Amino acid sequence: MTVHNLYIFDRNGSCLFYNEWNRKKQAGISKDEEFKLMYGMLFSIRSFVSKMSPQDMKDGFLSFQTSKYRLHYYETASGLKFVMNTDLSVSNARDTLQHIYSNLYVDLVVKNPLVPSCQPLDSELFGTRLDSFIRSLPYYSPRAA
Amino acid sequence: MSRQSNRTTDSKKMNSELFTLTYGALVTQLCKDYENDEEVNKQLDKMGYNIGVRLIEDFLARSSIGRCQDFRETADVIAKVAFKMYLGITPSVTNWSPGGDEFSLILENNPLADFVELPDNHSTLIYSNLLCGVLRGALEMVQMAVDVKFAQDSLRGDNVTEIRMKFIKRIEENIPAGEE
Repeated sequence: MTVHNLYIFDRNGSCLFYNEWNRKKQAGISKDEEFKLMYGMLFSIRSFVSKMSPQDMKDGFLSFQTSKYRLHYYETASGLKFVMNTDLSVSNARDTLQHIYSNLYVDLVVKNPLVPSCQPLDSELFGTRLDSFIRSLPYYSPRAA
Repeated sequence: MSRQSNRTTDSKKMNSELFTLTYGALVTQLCKDYENDEEVNKQLDKMGYNIGVRLIEDFLARSSIGRCQDFRETADVIAKVAFKMYLGITPSVTNWSPGGDEFSLILENNPLADFVELPDNHSTLIYSNLLCGVLRGALEMVQMAVDVKFAQDSLRGDNVTEIRMKFIKRIEENIPAGEE
């Protein structure tokens, strides 16, 4: 049971925030390249999912899993994208991502007039609050990883 | 965490008179700073826009409303949820254009203009133009380009205050660089 990492993308595809917990193996490419790859994959998978859907969807793409990890995806109507990788024991992290958006991101970033929009975050407050929130999650426990 | 609990339980705690007076002071100052009313109108719209692009995030987080299916739903959400949440009023949605891309919000009373009387030398001032900017900015963030303007204003002798909104287009999402 553990959380691996978290990405926040803005509507233009730039990565606003990244942090990792218990990520033992790196992708072997630069972070910028990794963000681009991640966003490109999300963008394609989103359009694929909506094209393949037999009916109109509301939320669309929610998560996928591999043999080692599960990627959870949450997109707001304003186009912000929250992506969290966990291990397979976490079946649903939607509430968690929603909480990060509405209680941490909106309160500490959007409502802070000094934070410019659409630029990578360097808010220390947001970083520490997010870190302690992630560490307090019931499924955050690095030793079991 | 305590901050969150009291903001959800009572969003109307703020004194509305203080809000109205603050807005009045803002407009007065703009009138002093700029030469003519058009320029003040433009500044109010711009300030509203900047408020709107951030306010939408707060709105989405608090209302947990998803994407609207059509413009009629958008109109309803604006009138019944957004105006209620932030100004405590519920404007009526009327005067749909035949194509369904244009409607009016009728405000019975406008909390921004509670104590206001326009002096004669400011006859072209659109006192509450900030609202237009807010609506425009907020909708732009949910991929909707709209045109918003005051069609009637009770401050200028009309019976009601009417905000006219026109749907222009959906803003398509940018394809990330290097993708096709």
